[in-house]
Amino acid sequence: MSTVIKVGMADLNVALSPDKLRTTGLGSCVGVVLYDRVTKVAGMAHVMLPSSQLAKNNNNPAKFADTAIPLLIKNMEELGASKHRFVAKMAGGAQMFSFSTGGDAMRIGDRNVKACKEILEREKIRIVAEDTGGNFGRTIEVDADTGVLTIKTVNQGMKEV
Amino acid sequence: MTNGPIEFDDLQFDVLREVGNIGAGHAATALSQLINKEIDMKVPSVTVLPIDEIAESVGGAENVVVAIFLRIQGDVPGNMFFVLTLESAKNLAQQMGLDSPDENFTEMEISALSELGNILSGSYLSSLSDFTQLNMQPSVPSIAIDMAGAILSYGLIEISRSGDYALMIDTSFLGDEEQVTGHFFLLPDPESFDTLFSALGIRR
Repeated sequence: MSTVIKVGMADLNVALSPDKLRTTGLGSCVGVVLYDRVTKVAGMAHVMLPSSQLAKNNNNPAKFADTAIPLLIKNMEELGASKHRFVAKMAGGAQMFSFSTGGDAMRIGDRNVKACKEILEREKIRIVAEDTGGNFGRTIEVDADTGVLTIKTVNQGMKEV
Repeated sequence: MTNGPIEFDDLQFDVLREVGNIGAGHAATALSQLINKEIDMKVPSVTVLPIDEIAESVGGAENVVVAIFLRIQGDVPGNMFFVLTLESAKNLAQQMGLDSPDENFTEMEISALSELGNILSGSYLSSLSDFTQLNMQPSVPSIAIDMAGAILSYGLIEISRSGDYALMIDTSFLGDEEQVTGHFFLLPDPESFDTLFSALGIRR
């Protein structure tokens, strides 16, 4: 029996095969998934903001790209996974509403995606699949047994990467 | 600053409930006039809740809703959502004279709903602005039909920079023999509370 472990908004979690990790309703937030195929350890973070440097309060490391990804790596290594084998998959970073005007806050989805990529590059983790941008929400689920990421949307169907 | 919930006392909760009452009361009247039907408003709920639970009152993060979003600028910056169930949105469009057999929303329907959201939110904010004598400028509204979590999290970006909890003033309404149900969500930015409270004569 496999269990589906929920990852909330500004939250992260890890799973061992045969369990799954799932986060619902990603809008401008980015779901970052890391996977080690040898030990079958998966990790998922629901990142809300690009950088903890911009925050007035950064007590929750799972909220920010620059703190969530390193913590996710650490938690996966504690389960016996090895960082040099990690591959990354990303989904989300949409722009849910369109405005003719608006500052940086309005383009938060793009900024989240960019920040996650920078951190993954810094950690030398290869991105093997990406489904980001657009103007629609996503629900994602990763299977720790296979590393397959399932992405569901309301109008754009479902896909596996 | 801590990561815990924003702390308010009973009086402050009462004042915020009244804020919801006045705003949504005017908006409900505007809606009632627009579709020429009686609209009942429920007592506003004012809750401090973890940002992760924001979509619970509209059926959870994955539930598909119609939402009109606008950003409030001026003395009390914040975000506002007018959220409808798919069925309610269809019914409202029909009340406004649009009859589409299609299950999906036509461009006309989306445009009409967007304008409806504009009128109602405008009426919410202008009554609030009159009551508090504070300047509140709504942005041009934007509409989305998607998962509630994906939509509402957009209104939490500013709040989430300061913590993991949001104060939400939620007023729901029911009308036309329960054919129309919806919610107004007002999510003030954290720094707006001091301004709001002192304009209403109470101190933080």
